Amino acid sequence: MQAFEYVAAKSISEAIDLLSEKGDQARVLSGGTDLIVQVREKRRSLELMIDVKQIPEVNEISYNATDGLVLGASTPCYRIYNNTDIKSAYPGLIDAVSIIGGIQVQGRASVGGNLCNASPAADSIPALIVLNATCAIVGPSGTREIAAKDFCTAPGQTAMGKGEFLTSIKIPIPEKNSSNFYLRFIPRNEMDIAVVGVGASVVLDENHKSFVSAHIALGAVAPTPLYAEEASNLLAGQGISDEIINQAAEAAQAIARPISDMRGTANQRKHLVGVLTRRALNGAVNRVKETE
Amino acid sequence: MPKKTHVQTEINGEGVEFLCEPRQSLLEVLRDELHLTGAKEGCNNGNCGACTVRLGDRIVNSCLVLGVEAEGQKIETIEGIATSEGLHPIQQKFLEHAALQCGICTPGFIVSSKALLEQNPTPSEEDIRFWLAGNLCRCTGYHKIVEAVVDAAKSMNAEVADNG
Repeated sequence: MQAFEYVAAKSISEAIDLLSEKGDQARVLSGGTDLIVQVREKRRSLELMIDVKQIPEVNEISYNATDGLVLGASTPCYRIYNNTDIKSAYPGLIDAVSIIGGIQVQGRASVGGNLCNASPAADSIPALIVLNATCAIVGPSGTREIAAKDFCTAPGQTAMGKGEFLTSIKIPIPEKNSSNFYLRFIPRNEMDIAVVGVGASVVLDENHKSFVSAHIALGAVAPTPLYAEEASNLLAGQGISDEIINQAAEAAQAIARPISDMRGTANQRKHLVGVLTRRALNGAVNRVKETE
Repeated sequence: MPKKTHVQTEINGEGVEFLCEPRQSLLEVLRDELHLTGAKEGCNNGNCGACTVRLGDRIVNSCLVLGVEAEGQKIETIEGIATSEGLHPIQQKFLEHAALQCGICTPGFIVSSKALLEQNPTPSEEDIRFWLAGNLCRCTGYHKIVEAVVDAAKSMNAEVADNG
């Protein structure tokens, strides 16, 4: 691997100063499961890795029934799926972080890193989008928040500017009669990259007969993860039926603009968007019913 | 040239200090600086699990950890698993079930399996296959490995019952 300097930053301000000074020659290190591979394989060169895991607020999970979840950007997957609050409030996020790499990767890889790596096929991002997650960013000019659906701007590119970095992800408390779900298609059983991934969240009426609202997000079918706005909106106020779920699946297919590559053809991906959207919606609906 | 950093860790229960450059992975430090050559380099990109070690309370691919990140951490490698009394039950069962041929993947499988059984003493076959998905074997195949882990769980539980 190329030579570089390493600093374990102790505070947010120290990390901002280093990032501002070094520009794109510095990169934040959390779990390293993407960054270390990219540097080793010479897909990225840098002069400095800034380890942010020792900054308390970047590596903590806090949840309460008023403010919801604040997930430190560097928190590794295994701490997320072992957290009982997250398990009950955001099962769709658990679905995603349980299938990122294998157990060893989950010991290091973080949701913040998944966002910042900005892969179109990132498993956690559709799950975050349907939970209305926001990304808390700090930089030389202060703090700002970006919706998870607007965080990625192109493959490997994010909405963060020079000197900025992601400190945490905020997710509002779940509404009554709501749940969420994420699934992907891969040709293996485990340890693979999504051919297509779909996240769904639903809020149902008290009798579980109709949708109050729904959100659907798609992975691996465009240069960035996509929020399927029209498909989501057409479910609001509708009775739960195969017909309306099929309509939502078709609307989701309509915005998918996949490429053909070694993982699958564009046609196969379009087809999968329909199948997985139906399964994600039904999965979320069933979870609402099961929790009663 | 970045200067070397002094790192203090605990490896297999003993305090260990080493010097390393930031670009050296924990795997390189273990093998090249500390001569703990049990953890193997397979793919060097996080797919094969041959370099699996325990870091704190979880297992990781040591090829995807920087040596400098080990500061203050507790590490367990395959070298720390057998005791002076003999092999660990998982090691014993890998031998009995012939769950290895060339042996390159074996240290990773054993470190991973030990972490599984500590967390879940009675895993189903599916639990074992899911947990071990991050460890690749290119010669034995997985069936004998899974059988060895099932049998190791049984013998460890029987031991606990005897002592209880």
